Amino acid sequence: MRKPLTAEQAAALVPDGATVMIGGFLGVGSPKRVIDALVARGAKGLTVIGNDTGRPDLGIGRLIVAGCVARAIVSHIGTNPVTQQKMIAGEMRVDLVPQGTLAERIRAGGAGLGGFLTPTGVGTSVAEGKQVLTVDGRDYLLEKPLRADIALLHCYEADYYANLTYRLTAQNFNPLMALAADIVIAEPDEIVPIGVIPPDHVRTPGILVTHLVERPH
Amino acid sequence: MDAKEIIARRVAQELHDRTLVNLGIGLPTLVAHHVPKGMLVAFQSENGIIGFGARPPEGMEDPNLTDAGGGFISAIPGAYAFDSATSFALIRGGHLDMTVLGGLQVDAKGRLANWMVPGKMVAGMGGAMDLVAGARRVVVAMQHAAKGAAKIVPELTLPPTSSRPVSLVVTDLAVIEPTPDGLVLRERAPGVTVGDILAVTTAPLILPDSIPEMTL
Repeated sequence: MRKPLTAEQAAALVPDGATVMIGGFLGVGSPKRVIDALVARGAKGLTVIGNDTGRPDLGIGRLIVAGCVARAIVSHIGTNPVTQQKMIAGEMRVDLVPQGTLAERIRAGGAGLGGFLTPTGVGTSVAEGKQVLTVDGRDYLLEKPLRADIALLHCYEADYYANLTYRLTAQNFNPLMALAADIVIAEPDEIVPIGVIPPDHVRTPGILVTHLVERPH
Repeated sequence: MDAKEIIARRVAQELHDRTLVNLGIGLPTLVAHHVPKGMLVAFQSENGIIGFGARPPEGMEDPNLTDAGGGFISAIPGAYAFDSATSFALIRGGHLDMTVLGGLQVDAKGRLANWMVPGKMVAGMGGAMDLVAGARRVVVAMQHAAKGAAKIVPELTLPPTSSRPVSLVVTDLAVIEPTPDGLVLRERAPGVTVGDILAVTTAPLILPDSIPEMTL
């Protein structure tokens, strides 16, 4: 059984300078309350791994605007002009990774794989500095796994073992990140008693989740 | 019929029954309005759903159900939701019959550039590089020229999205097919002459004996 943390307690577990995976796609499926608490506590120097940098007032974008992020490893920044401004001004570093490659690097990080071969990015700037391997006549890039100190997830339901379910397009990177970080913090929309979630519906087993954040008030 | 309507209607003719199709953000999404009656096309949104429908009425949106542009959508009966690794396994694994993407440039080799303009606009590739590398057919839906400047060029001046050539380019003026011999002009938009097309195309075009008008 876990006693859920407040969003502020969860944010206090994220040290300045940490590498943090944050679930979500344009803020959908992002742990909004923990993000707000990180902004409120003035987190600094984070390396954030996530799909995108949201919008200035949405998702990971709020951390960018608040100056919490030193480096972002993401697939898309087009919806947040502040990211571009800070990148051009040299205030933060942005590593752009193709979305499927990003998802698979996180999956590999959580699955104990040393990397994988993908055709994505062959012949583009993404291939710079990477090994190209030819398998059965087709070229692939060797892409390496990604892991983080902390994963900040959003989920739909949790029980008090921290078994998690996700909903519709809010799952995106969350179930992958649950396996790819040393500390996993999940922010649920709802917490239900143990036994309410059928075993077949559990997408992330509670044994992988370090801390649960309390339900929204 | 405006430029976008021409492009969307013509691209819709590339749809086939019982196929999985991914439409990029912007112009390509208009293709969904022109699925021929009786045809079953499963549309994927790479943020994690197959089988999405129109935006719900105001007040009935689900914050956990959006498209890849962040807009609210609905799920049609039989829809399937999944995580990002599954989404791109579908894309790279040969399960996606077709993707329709916007474009900034296409060159004589059929290569596409659509994710950044150095020094001006860095959007990021999102899922575009995976889509071009993995979809069975890649259709580019774009305006033929940008304010008079050619977008179909001899050699890309913008960073490529993939080294793999696209399958078809549909613009408001023409349908162009990249082949090993070069770009072949297949069709003209209604009322457009071959000369009109050549005037705003800097890449060499192969001109077959017959270049019919699009039937829209």
